[in-house]
Amino acid sequence: MKFGTEIVLLSLFAFAALVAAGFGVDEPFRQHMCVLFFAVAGFTAILLRNTDFKPAVPIDRAAYMDGPIRFGAVATVIWGVVGMLVGVVIALQLAYPDLNIEPWFNFGRLRPLHTSGVVFAFGGNALLCTSLYVVQRTCRARLFGGNLAWFVFWGYQLFIVMAATGYLLGITESREYAEPEWYVDLWLTIVWVAYLLLFLGTILKRKEPHIYVANWFYLSFIVTIAMLHVVNNLSMPVSLLGSKSYSAFSGVQDALTQWWYGHNAVGFFLTAGFLGMMYYFVPKQANRPVYSYRLSIIHFWALIFLYIWAGPHHLHYTALPDWAQTLGMVFSIMLWMPSWGGMINGVMTLSGAWDKLRTDPIIRMMVMAIAFYGMSTFEGPMMAIKTVNSLSHYTDWTIGHVHSGALGWVGMISFGAIYFMVPKLWNRERLYSLRLVNWHFWLATLGIVVYAAVMWVSGVMQGLMWREYDEQGFLVYSFAETVAAMHPYYIMRAIGGAMYLSGALIMAWNIAMTIFGYQREEDPMPGSIPALQRARSGAGKWA
Amino acid sequence: MDYNLMREFADSWGLLAMALFFVGCVAFALRPVGRGQADEAARIPLKDD
Repeated sequence: MKFGTEIVLLSLFAFAALVAAGFGVDEPFRQHMCVLFFAVAGFTAILLRNTDFKPAVPIDRAAYMDGPIRFGAVATVIWGVVGMLVGVVIALQLAYPDLNIEPWFNFGRLRPLHTSGVVFAFGGNALLCTSLYVVQRTCRARLFGGNLAWFVFWGYQLFIVMAATGYLLGITESREYAEPEWYVDLWLTIVWVAYLLLFLGTILKRKEPHIYVANWFYLSFIVTIAMLHVVNNLSMPVSLLGSKSYSAFSGVQDALTQWWYGHNAVGFFLTAGFLGMMYYFVPKQANRPVYSYRLSIIHFWALIFLYIWAGPHHLHYTALPDWAQTLGMVFSIMLWMPSWGGMINGVMTLSGAWDKLRTDPIIRMMVMAIAFYGMSTFEGPMMAIKTVNSLSHYTDWTIGHVHSGALGWVGMISFGAIYFMVPKLWNRERLYSLRLVNWHFWLATLGIVVYAAVMWVSGVMQGLMWREYDEQGFLVYSFAETVAAMHPYYIMRAIGGAMYLSGALIMAWNIAMTIFGYQREEDPMPGSIPALQRARSGAGKWA
Repeated sequence: MDYNLMREFADSWGLLAMALFFVGCVAFALRPVGRGQADEAARIPLKDD
């Protein structure tokens, strides 16, 4: 029977959720367990509707397992649009506080929904599906563990749904980028260990003797996130049937643990993982090997050796010991070297094929991603310097910096990878429309430029207003005055975000039409087809 | 084993071991015979579809 075991286990899971919904000790936990019950029961119902008793079709062990990757690509696009939409909503809430709708849709609850939505739902699904795509094709081996990949995919979606609904219900650990409560954290740990087994198992059964560098980056991302997630979420629940838990650490140790996690989430989730993407998809799209393979190896070791120490720069001028702050600052500055080594390696992969920048909007997207990687990894170390940080910290400058990295680097490289993968995964000759990719490219690029530039101005203004003293030593501005001064910038920021979102909507349309098998009748991109040359009579050289 | 002991180990032998490991990795990547292997490895993604 198809899905037999799965249906039985999921029914038990749904029943357990129902019991927890009945016996939960606090109201948010009971509501959350209701959500879990309906999610799992609904999924079980779908499996029941699709089951049959025909003998199982034998699986071609030589073929790649692309089913979970197709689902992952679609999930990436959908979660991307959702996460970015929530981002535009909270940007507007900051400009127009009346848009805070109590209790579920106020800024405090929507903000983690936005960060987790774009980082873990959009970025996480992009990493999940591209890593499984890349590891099979560079190891020349089918995914390890049979249906393990399906468990990882659906388990991760359940984590996202539970995290997102938990935030809206007001359940939070208040840890930056790690807000889900203890029971959701435990579920993610199970899924993540399965992901590690899946990835490592596939590498172990590879037919290619060498492990391609993209897999090194993906593996370091998976291993490090496992470590970070477990340590940062060490906590004691108040009740086994309650939503509240308390951290195992207190005071400054807790703060350092959080930023050790938080910064390495940036370093290993948003950087190392997406560098794996860069080292596979840029060479593929350019049809050229990476500029220097040896530089990529040095890039890898330097990045993972340095990144893990940089977290304390989030705690400058706090109770954290001074030596730890300086250590974080020094390692952040040293990180500039491997980051730029990697950026140069990515961009120079195009050397000898620069014309593709003019004719291929997908490669243009990837190169723009690498350019933003270079820019934000220059800005980051600069902001980690204590004297700069004393101006930039807690201001919108930080928000602008995060978004030039997240929208510019993470977003653009993921879009490029999705545009590359989707026609191949569904056996389509090409994308529905390359011109729509071009529209997406320009909307996204201009959106980031508007966003980042506005946040620079607003952040520096905010920082300067906060530290402005008069001749008698009194602060010149009250906090509310600085908030009022930022109003026009908040509106402009929302416009930049809306441009980026509209680009993502165009992508969703383009990808959907590609999957449905349509091809848009359109003129080719200018320059992509060489202009016809006049035939010359008697030109023996060309005969 | 208290905090100070670990701290002293971290900024002496631990630091030395990690620095040497890193230098070893870089040296291994840059060894002269590695060039051909690296060029071959760089072509891995292009061999498949």
